[in-house]
Amino acid sequence: MYADNSVALHDVSFSVQPGEFISIVGHSGAGKTTLVKMLLAEDKPTSGSVFFESVNVHEIPSNRIGELRRRIGVVFQDFRLLPQKTAYENIAFAMEAAGRKDDEIHVDVPHVLELVDLGDKMNHFPGELSGGEQQRVAIARAIVNQPDVIVADEPTGNLDPVNTFEVVQILKKINDLGTTIILTTHNKGVIDSLRKRVLTMDRGKVIRDDREGKYIL
Amino acid sequence: MDMMTTKRIFRAGMQDFWRNGFVSLASILVMTVTLFVVGMSIFAGVILNSALIELRDKADVNVYFTVSAPEDQILQLQKSVQALPEVQSAQYISSGDALTQFRARHQDDQLTLQALDELGQNPLGAVLTIKAKDITQYDTIAQFLEQQQTSSSGGASGIIDKINYFDAQHRQALDTLQNVIASSQRLGFIIIIILILTTIAISFNTLRLAIYTSREEIQVMRLVGAGRFYIRAPFMVEGVLYGIISGMITLLLFYPLTYWLGASTEQFFGGVQIFSYYLAHFPFFFLVIIGTGIVVGIVSSFLAVQRYLKI
Repeated sequence: MYADNSVALHDVSFSVQPGEFISIVGHSGAGKTTLVKMLLAEDKPTSGSVFFESVNVHEIPSNRIGELRRRIGVVFQDFRLLPQKTAYENIAFAMEAAGRKDDEIHVDVPHVLELVDLGDKMNHFPGELSGGEQQRVAIARAIVNQPDVIVADEPTGNLDPVNTFEVVQILKKINDLGTTIILTTHNKGVIDSLRKRVLTMDRGKVIRDDREGKYIL
Repeated sequence: MDMMTTKRIFRAGMQDFWRNGFVSLASILVMTVTLFVVGMSIFAGVILNSALIELRDKADVNVYFTVSAPEDQILQLQKSVQALPEVQSAQYISSGDALTQFRARHQDDQLTLQALDELGQNPLGAVLTIKAKDITQYDTIAQFLEQQQTSSSGGASGIIDKINYFDAQHRQALDTLQNVIASSQRLGFIIIIILILTTIAISFNTLRLAIYTSREEIQVMRLVGAGRFYIRAPFMVEGVLYGIISGMITLLLFYPLTYWLGASTEQFFGGVQIFSYYLAHFPFFFLVIIGTGIVVGIVSSFLAVQRYLKI
């Protein structure tokens, strides 16, 4: 796919505290998505390591990687819902994968759908939902197992301003409840309204790390 | 694996099967073709075998006795021939029987019959028709007969007129028959194996394509934290469903087909009536067809999901 000598990330080092809301910003190709993939063990770094609590995520054997991923909820730019499953089933799937009991699923799924304001569209398939609604289902899926961290990779990239605002509000609400949020975006408005920590990346390097940052590039 | 997981896996498999209706239909059709070929191969094998047995049955060695040979000596020879381990049967046809058979064979040939009548006496000697258990054993039997013919002490020395095994023509016919049977068996076997392997490969590829359409879902399931087995198992349930349904369709199709073909194959190849063969061996067909379907379904799904599970 890429030439061997192309480097997506170089010399990146930072840590995130529990309960923090950190935004990673940068142009397309700056390495934001690669960074997220490293965190989820979707990609391996050629050198260096990623720690989740005290565990190096790239040393987790492949058959146990699911345990890590259940503690990190993920939201993607392109939603990535399972198209053959309804909103309800998409969220239930994440709980089933985590080995949760049926009665827990019956209680929790409607609850999170209510939380993202989709209680009435439970039985719709992704194809029958708007982009904003699909992204809210994806967020519900990410939070239903009460993960320690939510990683949102450009969650507003495909959404209009109204839906963008709603998604960010939901993420803020989740953060207020104690969940760590890692958000990547190139939306200036989102960053400026958040007033949270901002990590700015350019060409695979972290060039700024501001405690209460703005979108500066 | 506990009950809850098992239940979920089966439910997910059946749900995917139903919701991906078109993909399921296509997979079932292709797999039906595969199982149909497997079933037809069995029939082809059975027909070929019985035709070859029929053919093999036509081989024999005839010992022609002189007209004057006394019957008790012939019967004694028959006994000693029957005692040979290679011999399946030794049928004695007396000169009178030989004449009746000759007349029956030439009943439309007035000239021959007239000539026979002119002769006034029975010109035909008695015949001993010997069939071996295996076509390769005629040599041993012929050697034994030759010994009997030439030995001075044996009682058969004067009575044997001729043994047709030593006719060049008869011998050649036997050899040719033997070669034809051996090579038909080999060729039939090779063709059947190639056919079966090809059609299984086609089924395998179809299932792979079906799962290829789900590759992104498999990755999403992985990222949401589902275990490999939990992702893979519903696809295997689907594969089993494809196998069972295609197997049922195939078994159903064979019913009218063998009924329709039964009479003509019996006439043409002789021996087997495939319709009654199918009914009599139905449990065998059921096991082979459904079993092949299930195995192909499970193995294809297992292997096809494998490559998308890597992340």
